[in-house]
Amino acid sequence: MNRLPLVSRNSLIQGTILLVGLVILATLPFYGSIYATILLSTVFMYIVLTLSWAIFSGPTGQISLATAAFFGIGIYVAATLGKQLPLLVVILTGGLAAAAMAWLVGSLTLRLKGVYFTIFTFGLLELMKYLLLWFEVTFTGTRGRFVVVVDHSTIYYTMLTIVVLTLLTAYLLRRSKFGLALQAIGEQEEAAEHIGINVTLLKVSTFAISALFVGAAGAIMATRWTYVDPYIAFNMNYSFTPVLMAIFGGLGQLGGPVLGAVIFAYLEQILITKFPYYYMLLFGIVMVISVVYLPSGLAGLIQQWRSRAMGGKYAHS
Amino acid sequence: MLVTILDIVIAGLLLGGLYAVIAMGLSLQYGVARVLNIAHGEFIMLGGLTTWALRAAFGINPLWGLVVCGPAAFILGFFLHRTLYKRLMVTSGSPGVFEGNSMLASFGLLFIIQNLALIGWRSDIKGYSYLAFPVNIGGALFGANRLVTLGFALLIGIAFYIFLARTRMGKAIRAAAQDPATAGLMGVNISFVLALCFGLGAAMAACAGMLISMSYPVYTAMGMEYTVIAIIVVVLGGLGSIPGSFIGGFILGLIGSLVTYFDSALALVAYYVIFTFLLLLKPTGLMGK
Repeated sequence: MNRLPLVSRNSLIQGTILLVGLVILATLPFYGSIYATILLSTVFMYIVLTLSWAIFSGPTGQISLATAAFFGIGIYVAATLGKQLPLLVVILTGGLAAAAMAWLVGSLTLRLKGVYFTIFTFGLLELMKYLLLWFEVTFTGTRGRFVVVVDHSTIYYTMLTIVVLTLLTAYLLRRSKFGLALQAIGEQEEAAEHIGINVTLLKVSTFAISALFVGAAGAIMATRWTYVDPYIAFNMNYSFTPVLMAIFGGLGQLGGPVLGAVIFAYLEQILITKFPYYYMLLFGIVMVISVVYLPSGLAGLIQQWRSRAMGGKYAHS
Repeated sequence: MLVTILDIVIAGLLLGGLYAVIAMGLSLQYGVARVLNIAHGEFIMLGGLTTWALRAAFGINPLWGLVVCGPAAFILGFFLHRTLYKRLMVTSGSPGVFEGNSMLASFGLLFIIQNLALIGWRSDIKGYSYLAFPVNIGGALFGANRLVTLGFALLIGIAFYIFLARTRMGKAIRAAAQDPATAGLMGVNISFVLALCFGLGAAMAACAGMLISMSYPVYTAMGMEYTVIAIIVVVLGGLGSIPGSFIGGFILGLIGSLVTYFDSALALVAYYVIFTFLLLLKPTGLMGK
């Protein structure tokens, strides 16, 4: 019997492809059009939102609708601190503020089972939106504020960095003891607790880590809008879209949420200005079909095809 | 002072009646059929806009909208449960997984219904005037249309309570709410009862939409706000308790009216604060098990 090599040939090839892809993406602003840069920044944003959602909700099975709240926190951090502080600090603050909120909310509510948690995260978004609206109208007397403008390639590189960090985190999480424990919680929480996993701590910290990237993405993407108000910043769609993208793509593999995010981000880009209603209609139809007919998503479907094409040789992998 | 208190209380009851009907519909869908229907508000929107459209096109009395919207929404809801949710129940395996999946499917429905409505009706704010003359109650003035709304809300609530408490089908619904598996063994046609509950929930939403359209403007994006309120009331009354939702609706209406008196921008914030504390301190609600 051969010993398994430390790095298999398969993962070496995958690694090379990833590296080449990364180099192509990293040099894009030099040869690509401005349109491509902007489009890809949006795609990156959706990848971060979707993957962050999947990092927590994938293994635990607890559906969070707080993505938009964390994203909004990032946006508001950029709107309030953007003029005084350097960009990097603003982005870090945005991420940390979102993570702190996730920690707080998580430690309060992650004991809640199933639907209660979803309802709560949904309420959180609305609570923050209306509280901020009330605060702005009552105390500052204005609604909304201006955000510092940053050039396209800076946004692009920042988003690329955040995407890579999110992917890396998601990958490491899946491979680590931490990720396995999280998986165990999702399978059966009580059993996980009995074998000595600190369920609450693990869930809360994963939730906070996933929020970190969303907040950071919010802080940098805010600079694209130039003007934000609570309705723009705390838009419910940023909670719904990642859920659909992840489920459509498939939660079983790392590539699933990325695939879902890329497809829908591109669809949105070409459809939303001309046919906004039809885009959202399509969105809903795909959602229903994915939930009913594609339990393991597009990635699961691809894997099925591949294993069938290989004559079932790798069917178990 | 006394007039002010009376003012707040009556306004709260008027608002609460509406909330009660909306929440009872969701309570049926979630408490019995186990579908946390995020698209609940979209059925409200459909009811409101259909009533408006019938009035605008043919000059039909809004109250007749009840006869059209209620049964139409019932059939739609019944059909949806029979096809979509029943299939999900079969494929999901455990009730916990079904709750998650059915909620996700209702997200999809939300987008489908809302955008179909947007394609048909556009996003502008619509309204009509019906029974808009003031009525004097102990010195406080209220629109007659809002009193009619309260009357219908009470009527729907009481009729439904009698249906649940006195009829055979009502008993079957209560049994299914308690324990669907055992109720099935006792000879209750579970898949029919669940579809019936889902349909009734949709019908209540549509009727509420018709009542809303008599006193408030209607538009295609109005649904989400009411969905949120319905969820809050259902949690307040206790998930699965239909009388709880009815009472919870009036309580939330009174709170809303009280907060609006001091600062109208804070009403929704107050709802969420209550909701947050409720989930943290007593997630079973007022009348939950």
